[in-house]
Amino acid sequence: MTEYETIIGLEVHVELKTKSKIFCPSTTEFGGDPNTHVCPVCLGLPGVLPVLNKKVLEYAIRAALALNCEIAEYSKFDRKNYYYPDLPKNYQISQYDLPLARNGFLNIEVNGQTKRIGITRIHMEEDAGKLIHQGTIATSPYSLVDYNRTGVPLIEIVSEPDMRSPEEARAYLEKLKAIIQYTGVSDCKMEEGSLRCDANVSVRPRGSREFGTKTEIKNMNSFKALQRALAYEVERQIAVLQEGGRIVQETRTWDENKGVTLPMRSKEEAHDYRYFPEPDLVPLVIDRRWVEEIRATLPELPDERRNRYIKRYDLPAYDATVLTATKEMADYFEECVALYPNAKAVSNWMMGDLSRLLNAHNMDITQCKVSPRQLTDMLKLMDKGTISGKIAKTVFEEMFATGKDPEQIVQEKGLVQITDEGAIAAVVEEVLAGNAKVVEDYLKGKDRAFGFLVGQVMKATRGKANPELVNRLLKEKLHSS
Amino acid sequence: MITIKDVEHVALLARLELSDEEKQMYAKQLNAILEYAQMLNELNTDDIPPTAHVLPLKNVWREDEVGEHLPPEEVLANAPETEGQFFKVPRIV
Amino acid sequence: MLELYYLTAHELHDLLVKKEISAEEICRAVFDRIDAVEDKIKAYVTLTRDKAFARAREIDRKIAAGEEVPPLAGIPVAIKDNMCTCGVRTTCSSKILYNFVPPYNATVVEKLEAAGTVMMGKTNMDEFAMGSSTENSGFFVTANPWDPDRVPGGSSGGSAAAVAAGEAITALGSDTGGSIRQPAAFCGVVGLKPTYGAVSRYGLVAFASSLDQIGPFTRDVTDCALMLNAICGHDPLDSTSAPRDIPDFTSYLRNDVKGLKIGVPREYMGEGIDPAVKEIIGQAIKLLASLGAEIDETTLPHSRYALPTYYLIAPAEASSNLARYDGVRYGYRAEDARDVVDMFMKTRSQGFGPEVKRRIMLGTYALSAGYYDAYYLKALKVRTLIKQDFDRAFEKFDVLLAPTAPSPAFKRGEKTGDPLQMYMSDICTLAVNLAGIPGISIPAGFVDGLPVGMQLIGKPFGEGTLLRVAYTFEQHTDYHRRRPSL
Repeated sequence: MTEYETIIGLEVHVELKTKSKIFCPSTTEFGGDPNTHVCPVCLGLPGVLPVLNKKVLEYAIRAALALNCEIAEYSKFDRKNYYYPDLPKNYQISQYDLPLARNGFLNIEVNGQTKRIGITRIHMEEDAGKLIHQGTIATSPYSLVDYNRTGVPLIEIVSEPDMRSPEEARAYLEKLKAIIQYTGVSDCKMEEGSLRCDANVSVRPRGSREFGTKTEIKNMNSFKALQRALAYEVERQIAVLQEGGRIVQETRTWDENKGVTLPMRSKEEAHDYRYFPEPDLVPLVIDRRWVEEIRATLPELPDERRNRYIKRYDLPAYDATVLTATKEMADYFEECVALYPNAKAVSNWMMGDLSRLLNAHNMDITQCKVSPRQLTDMLKLMDKGTISGKIAKTVFEEMFATGKDPEQIVQEKGLVQITDEGAIAAVVEEVLAGNAKVVEDYLKGKDRAFGFLVGQVMKATRGKANPELVNRLLKEKLHSS
Repeated sequence: MITIKDVEHVALLARLELSDEEKQMYAKQLNAILEYAQMLNELNTDDIPPTAHVLPLKNVWREDEVGEHLPPEEVLANAPETEGQFFKVPRIV
Repeated sequence: MLELYYLTAHELHDLLVKKEISAEEICRAVFDRIDAVEDKIKAYVTLTRDKAFARAREIDRKIAAGEEVPPLAGIPVAIKDNMCTCGVRTTCSSKILYNFVPPYNATVVEKLEAAGTVMMGKTNMDEFAMGSSTENSGFFVTANPWDPDRVPGGSSGGSAAAVAAGEAITALGSDTGGSIRQPAAFCGVVGLKPTYGAVSRYGLVAFASSLDQIGPFTRDVTDCALMLNAICGHDPLDSTSAPRDIPDFTSYLRNDVKGLKIGVPREYMGEGIDPAVKEIIGQAIKLLASLGAEIDETTLPHSRYALPTYYLIAPAEASSNLARYDGVRYGYRAEDARDVVDMFMKTRSQGFGPEVKRRIMLGTYALSAGYYDAYYLKALKVRTLIKQDFDRAFEKFDVLLAPTAPSPAFKRGEKTGDPLQMYMSDICTLAVNLAGIPGISIPAGFVDGLPVGMQLIGKPFGEGTLLRVAYTFEQHTDYHRRRPSL
């Protein structure tokens, strides 16, 4: 049977978090009552004119530099003409043949190897409004329009068709999100729509040099959805080809509930956007010094940070990759390390209990009640022997739930570790006396019996006995008896 | 040569519903105008840059400051149909 | 003395500051005139009588309080109905905007308000400024005050007719291919299209954005300078607005053309120009020469390409600018649509008139896949050649002189059947818009009782020199003092 190769390219829209819209002074604030964040310009009233928000250009350049792009010397805006009720002018101000930036790339990790994914271009454009349907778009007897999002600045980042699997596509999007977040120009929240992704997917017989017919997949609202949708689409295309069918070039939408991609119903008309230079905006001639100024203010990006963590903190590559995946996570880590120098211990807790609890509560680190100081205070309590590692897990869960300081929790719950040798020795004596059979087994060479005895001591002290002391005292008593 | 089919395609792109009579008329008139425009092909413009703007302006922008919004009643005042704070449109598909 | 409604702004200003008349009296005189002749002329789509009187009284209070008022304070102006006026219906003479009331003012409207003018109302025009006779208005046809059977020109026919008929003292029009100058010529008044970027387009309902420019209609050149002083200047709301200081245009009102080099492009005096018009322009040239101007023939070799170039670029931009009229946010909406696409198509088909649809079709075609390079891009390149012609001519000349229109005002219905024939009436003015340079039309004579306009064309931002030549010509002629008998 023919083996197929998957070809994926992504078109990603990122909302820039400027205060005002791209071509008018209306606020970009998310939410708000319908049609309250609008002015004559973004409503497209007759006679209005756009004026570019300089911050949009600055942010777009910043993102483009972080993605290793070349910034154009000369760029301009164009009109993309199409009719849709969420588009007040029935054209979108975008960029066509002279985009702001080209020829960038980012690196992803594939099976421990670094793979470079090319970025074809980045351009600026305005967002459209929002349509609200009763039920679905297909069944709604009418629709309602809210223009609050109209004119919010976007950059569109178009990748090369360099990805060879849904996993690579996901890794690309995750990396892209991390890089953009690091630059501070966008929140990149997929659930709020400030990061949106469409995919072009095709398959071809392995070894073939020509591209197969591609489909465009829309409506993937999470990383998981992206990966699932692409996996489904790849399988669908291969099945069609294996049955001797042909792939139809079309736009398909991901149905999250059914887990399938479906063709989008479209009117029988070819898309013809009739791009032409926007006569209401003048060209951009981008000052090289300004570009260099922006470059100089770029923060350390995920790859650099990851490498620094490996070198400076002696972390395994895997830890460093996970910790730098989002800027917030890495910032948290560094705050911890500044307070507590054992980087590996911090990393273990962040990648272990902290991440597990965040995932379980569907939260990100910015919503975490445990501050870096509190986490490191807890680690210090462990080092001092005030609490054991086991108790620490309990304490941390409480910290995560309440945001209380670890000392307070330890006090309130009486979780202070018992380090009094005499007290533990007494318990040990009791346990040995009450488990003669087990002691006998141990002395016959059953190692597992030792663990049972440790457990009994811990149980009797409600977990508070210092485990090292318990081990030592047990061994001493057993061997001396 | 613009055919009736071309006229129909262009009319759909431009969201204009045309009667058969109008289609005939526009086909004829567009052909006349475009035939007249063929005159431009007398000129060799291979090395001529296009003029999209007559003034040599560049880099016109404003600072990122939030301004006044239209009061909601003015936003909807001219709308043919509304519901609550929304504009209302017929079914999309 | 002439009736108040036939005086110029500067004459009225003198009477106002001498307290011989009040702004309210001026306002009443003009509205009385409107009441008397508007049935015949039909210059206005909307009258703003109450606002006007309130405003005139406000000006009177200022004068009574001893405040110094600016030169246009209390002067009745008419505004073409494609400039947004807050709270006052702005229709572009189109059914599709028949009920549109803007919540904001165009920058020029704000500026005129700051200058103290009194708005009488909004004037009729060719729908969305597409036309040369005001016959394409979606509402009614405006008559030429010199002969009601003839058109006032277009597209700013209502503004030109209002000034000519005494229904306003001055007016604003917009000029995309001749829409101020040609109606000024047809109606025997002064009309100036400024350099592209000199006057803000913010609030001007766009026809062809890279060509549109607002300018004044006045009874003489002095008033024209006063209006320019009021409306020119950089506007941060218009990215294509020129960031430069504006001079006091009245400082150019000098009766002196000695040594000025005036070029007469031979292409504008050849085929297609009415011999009677040529005769009048010839006399004007002689007069200016006798006053010391150095006049010579020149050439603008790509002139014949201006018409096809214009009729690709302007409709292309228009097809996009007019896409927003879809029945969702404002204006007309068709009933009984199956779905939103059907609603768009019915709304636009019922809301737009035939010329607007024709240009939308033409522009959409010129931009569509496969034709962009052959038509639109080609036109943009020829536009460069046309602009270079002017650059070259202005290396030698300070001003160019030509007829404004190939003939005096034509009869109603004479050209409505053949779009190309109608487009030809702009052949003397189109190229000026393509080059983005200023042009003025001033009364230069009469043929069979109909006014003929002379066009003076200037370098970019050379409005001052145009005013100087026009003013000098005016000092030695009396065409601008003639008034139609109605």
